[in-house]
This record gives sequence, C-alpha cells and structure tokens, in this order.
Amino acid sequence: MHDVPINIALRDIVAAARRYPLVGMLGWQDVRQRYRRSALGPFWLTISMGVMIGTIGVVFGQIFNAPMTEFLPFLAAGMIMWAFMSSVISEGCAGFISAEGIIKQLPIPLFVHILRMIWRNVLILGHNLVIIPFVFMAVGKPLSLVALLSVPGFLLVAINLAWVALVLAVLCARYRDLPQIVGSILQVVFYLTPIIWMPSLLPQRAALYLLELNPIFHLLEIVRAPLLGQFPSVTNWVVSFVLALIGWGLALAIYGRYKRRIAYWL
Amino acid sequence: MAYIEFTNVCVDFPIYNANGRSLKKRLIQVATGGQLGSDQQGRVVVRALESLSFTLKDGDRVGLLGHNGAGKSTLLRLLSGVYEPSSGSARIEGEIGSLIDISLGIDPEATGRENIYLRGGLLGMRRSEIAAQIDDIIEFSELGDFVDMPLRTYSTGMHLRLAFAVSTVVRPEILLMDEWLSVGDEGFKRKAEARMSELVRSTNILVIASHSRELVLHTCNRVIWLEHGKIRMDDDPQTVASAYFGT
Repeated sequence: MHDVPINIALRDIVAAARRYPLVGMLGWQDVRQRYRRSALGPFWLTISMGVMIGTIGVVFGQIFNAPMTEFLPFLAAGMIMWAFMSSVISEGCAGFISAEGIIKQLPIPLFVHILRMIWRNVLILGHNLVIIPFVFMAVGKPLSLVALLSVPGFLLVAINLAWVALVLAVLCARYRDLPQIVGSILQVVFYLTPIIWMPSLLPQRAALYLLELNPIFHLLEIVRAPLLGQFPSVTNWVVSFVLALIGWGLALAIYGRYKRRIAYWL
Repeated sequence: MAYIEFTNVCVDFPIYNANGRSLKKRLIQVATGGQLGSDQQGRVVVRALESLSFTLKDGDRVGLLGHNGAGKSTLLRLLSGVYEPSSGSARIEGEIGSLIDISLGIDPEATGRENIYLRGGLLGMRRSEIAAQIDDIIEFSELGDFVDMPLRTYSTGMHLRLAFAVSTVVRPEILLMDEWLSVGDEGFKRKAEARMSELVRSTNILVIASHSRELVLHTCNRVIWLEHGKIRMDDDPQTVASAYFGT
C-alpha cells in the first residue's frame, strides 16, 4: 500500500523475470500461432524481408550509385535490425491492451507481457538473420571477428527497447490514440535514420543533425557496424548506455506510479 | 497457512469516454489551461465496492451472494490480486488459484498437449511439474488420441474437459471460483464432481460467487451478501440464505 513506486515496479519486473519459462513458451506460441497452417511458417517473413532488401538494394543502389559490395550488406543489416526495433516499439503499444484477457483474470506479473512481446520479436529476428550470410556471400564480403561485438550491442539495444515498450504499453493502455502517433513517428524515423541510405552520402552539416542527434542511429550502429566489420564509435556506445540509464529511470517511475491502475484502464 | 484481511476496501472504476481516452483532447485541455471544466474531462467514477472489511482464515469456505452488478466479480478480482483497491488495504497471504475462466489462454490452433502446457504455465506450474502430471491430465480428460490434434477440431465438451482437467490440477491455498464448475456428460460429471470436492477440501480458503442456494448451503460455512458494492450481511449460510432467498 505505502510502497515507493520504484519498488512496486522493480518487484513486478523481478517477478516477471522469474517467470521466464512462461515468457519463453508464450513467445514461441505467438510465433507458431501466426504461421500454424503455412508450410514455410515464419520463414515467410524471411522471404519477404529478403525480397524487400533485394528490391531496395537494386533500386537505391542505382540511384545512389553505391557499390553493391558496400551497400547491400549495409542495407540488409540495417533493415533487419530496424524491423526488430520498430516492431518492438509498435507492438509495445499494444503490450498490455492485447493481454487484457490474461491481465483481468490471472495475477501474472504485468512485465511478463512485455517480455513475451520482445521474445517473440527476437525469434522473428532470428529467422530474418538467415538473410545476412547469404547477402555477404552474394557480394563476397567476409564476416570478420569484429561481428561478435554486435552481441553485446544487441543486448544493449534490447534493454533500451524494453523500457520504451514498457512506457508505451502503460501510456497506450490509458490513451488509445497513441499507437497511431507512434506508428507515424516510426515511419518518419525510418527515413531520418541511415537505413536505406548510407551516412557517407550526407554533406557534413546535415550529418551532424541526422546522425549525432538521432538516438536511433546510435542504437543501430552498435549492432550494425560490427556486422559490417567496423568498430562502433565511443559516442555510439556512450549514447546507448546513457539512454538506457535515463530511460529505465523514467520507465520505473512511470510504471511504479501507474502499475496499479493498468488493470482498471483495460 | 492462508490469510486475507480487508480493511475499508473501496474500488472505483474510472469510466473514460472517447474524450478521456484521447491524448489530443488532453493536450488541448492543457493548452487552454484546463478551462473546459471537469465534466468535459469525462471522468465519471463508478464505485463498485465500498468500504469492505472482513478477515478470512484457514478453513473458511465463503460464498458470495448478490444480484448481478453487486460487486461479486470485482471482489473476486481483488482477491486474486488483479485489481488493487482504490483506497483501503487488502492483505492477502497465500498462493492464489483462480478457476474463474478455465478456458483462458487456450489456443485453438495448438494441439491438446501444447494447450496443457500453455494453460498449466499460465496457472504458474513449471514445465517439469506439468510433464509429471500430463498423463493423468490426458487420462482424466478422456481425450485419447485427440490430445495430439489441434483444439479447433474438438467438440465443446472435449474442449471443456481438457480445460477442466488442466485447471483442477493445481492445489492453491486460496481458491477462487465463479459458480461451481460442472462439465461433460453424466459419467464425466461424476468424476469432475469428485475432483472438485477434493480440490475444495485441500484448499485453505475457498471463495465462491454463486446464485445457487443449494451450493451455498452445501459447500460454504460462511456467506457474504453483497448489495450495491457493500456488505449487506456476513454470517453463517443458513441465516444469510434465508434472508437472501427468502424462506
């Protein structure tokens, strides 16, 4: 009753983490349910992602006059990571809304529903990752050891996405037109961030605004750069870390304050 | 050891109309300095439960009586920890099991076996625990080879038998029910009845919402009569039932 909000939030999150077998099972269930009766299953996602990367690669590669050996791996890594990040954020909006049935019946820690959604998207990301080796082979670019750095990078991205999803899930349970706003913002961010265009094409001044001040760029870089055989810059790492710290502080405050209300909002 | 203590528990439901749910409206309101007034804000509050105070101890078998809308389901949700009281304090000690919606979380595209794991997991069972009991569950539900078929191929009866078989495997300290569970044809009903009685016997505290006089007299040793979100009567089953149902 007289708990500090932060404690309410932390207790729920720890309890949710303890239920990881349930999270794992529900996440798998979501992926399987979506593709239950199709022969290729989730690999349909891989195929459509592959087709999209191929098409954008050819068209924009021509427009930008970019060498395919550079552009195609850049595009593939960027698109696949972006698909993960944007779907975690947009599905985060429905994190609690879509779990209404469970939330109103069973006292399961609410953060379980966020973890489940993230896990589901990690599984889908896993299917999409299959594309990367194919692209690298196609353009004859070797995968260097630096690529291993993208693993801690990915963890940091996931930690960042978790707080974004949690905050959005809480706010969207209360304000139901927020998901639409988030959807449009994501679309804008997609074009503002170097995913289908390479940063090297930018003039200096624009680069400052579109790269250095764009948090999504830093998050993307700590995963994408190692895959492409480059080291992410210190700035990339620092920004991602600071973002995680501030973000989680904010998320715990909001979640702790409103967790008790969520069941009533649904 | 289970224990429940409610002190002056109130539950208010905020009713948001379209205005209250829109961020745009909220922002405009802030921008205009909140001049639109409180009635425009769309915050109508419905008081579902009003200052409930009671204590439940081991061995209590509590029946909840009351007309529709009296607050029975809201009280069950408070007890299960889904809702937190808007004011007052609810202390609940003991592992809670809810048999309110036994089909919750069941996926029609998944097989019976997968659904047993899914439903069991939602009820807080570990995978190893389910694996140890799965043969009993399958046998109890009388599904035979159907257990490896997708659930959408099941008849309603089979569906309910499966949900019942899984949901009654748990042995919680506090058991919450909305009406007595009764499923299946004659043969199964008898088996289910035995299982239910055993479940009720092994639980420390039972809280069951009901409209049935027989059930309340037969199962409970204490009855709470809710009316308009308040406790109208809290006494032994005979007294409350004769007051509620009339003699």
